[in-house]
Amino acid sequence: MIDPVSIPQLNKHFRLQWEEAQDCYVLLYPEGMVKLNESAGLILSYVDGVKTVANIIAELTERFPQVDSIASDIEEFMATASAQRWVAFS
Amino acid sequence: MASLPAVSPPLWLLAELTYRCPLQCPYCSNPVELASAGTELSTDDWFRVLQQARQMGAAQLGFSGGEPLVRQDLELLVAEARRLGFYSNLITSGVGLTSDRVGSLREAGLDHIQISFQSTDSDISELLSGSRKAFAHKLAMAEAVKSAGYPMVLNFVLHRHNIDQIEQIIDLSHALGADYLELANAQYHGWALLNRDELMPSREQLKRAEKTTNAWREAHPDDMRLFFVVPDYYEERPKPCMNGWAKMFLAIAPDGLALPCHSARSLPLEFPNVRDQDIAAIWNESPAFNAYRGFDWMQEPCRSCPEKEQDFGGCRCQAFALTGDASQPDPVCTKSDQRSQVDAALTAANCHNATSASMQYRTWSASQSIIASTQ
Repeated sequence: MIDPVSIPQLNKHFRLQWEEAQDCYVLLYPEGMVKLNESAGLILSYVDGVKTVANIIAELTERFPQVDSIASDIEEFMATASAQRWVAFS
Repeated sequence: MASLPAVSPPLWLLAELTYRCPLQCPYCSNPVELASAGTELSTDDWFRVLQQARQMGAAQLGFSGGEPLVRQDLELLVAEARRLGFYSNLITSGVGLTSDRVGSLREAGLDHIQISFQSTDSDISELLSGSRKAFAHKLAMAEAVKSAGYPMVLNFVLHRHNIDQIEQIIDLSHALGADYLELANAQYHGWALLNRDELMPSREQLKRAEKTTNAWREAHPDDMRLFFVVPDYYEERPKPCMNGWAKMFLAIAPDGLALPCHSARSLPLEFPNVRDQDIAAIWNESPAFNAYRGFDWMQEPCRSCPEKEQDFGGCRCQAFALTGDASQPDPVCTKSDQRSQVDAALTAANCHNATSASMQYRTWSASQSIIASTQ
């Protein structure tokens, strides 16, 4: 379970970058690249090492009020990102 | 005639800056004809290559060689790569690296340094690389890389002379603080193919090494990540080489030859040069880059094989090296009627009694002799 007051931070060995040619965000790491889907890229672009999970949920809910499942989508993604070591929580 | 398949952009650029190298590893992936390469590209040539490849969508960049550190303009190239938005990896033996250079490369924007080791023991390292001091220096440089804050990836090329040291290799890498450890068996191209009978591990050696690797992973689930690569000869299906010919990977050789894979120089194709054409024309239009795109070039049994979209018929260089025809199925595949060649090599490896005295080291003069003998 992801604690809503925890602060996700991108693993310093990864770089998040928008790639025009692929029309998506990618995560770059030693000799590898993960192509992120639209929502994963968007959520990760809000991870700045300052905002809590709850802050990110609030900001994205405000931006996309029509999406019902946004909080659970974000929590689910954070769990995946943590398992993949893309982000760590403090 | 069928139309050409849709061309996806090159996402991975391998910049082989030079074939010069202070070591002489007998499993080097450089082509054995390296002494016939033309003069090295200039700094400005490389800037142009980086800009054009980035424009097409390349995001991952490897600086390799030979030993890329012998290029005095490496920091300039790294800085340009960073400016363009590449994620840049330096693939080095560590020889020629100093703490100052670790720092200056970091400042220039290098993202990652991968150091390759020969073994955990200076005697075997010397035997394989021809340098006694190299091992101690590599250890010092691995520490410098770690303390400069780079992610640390160590690479050990495995073969029959070091694979039994797997415990020591894992322990040493862990002690050095590696984030990733590549335990990559030599793939039998280039120099490694010349020395195949000397390098190929036995089935028993391989099993033991895999077992040890798996046990370490289970005991350390959240620790250093281990990647174990078996020699493809021991597989029953070929590897999806380069994820398909000219599909996402572009290598530029030191003299500007553009290749869909760093071994492809050995193939009887006329490869374009970045001195004559831009990357977009090379990638999209050149006959060499289109030679094995898609599936129309395939022979049977690949052509009608349900697995062709997973492995793309395997490796063109291996097909050519073992059968003399690059459009044959990769002979690793048990469906290939040339599989007997792979089996014969495995039989030799499993009743091996030769000594390292018969190894052909990767030296400029050895390459010149090989070229002379084929002319």
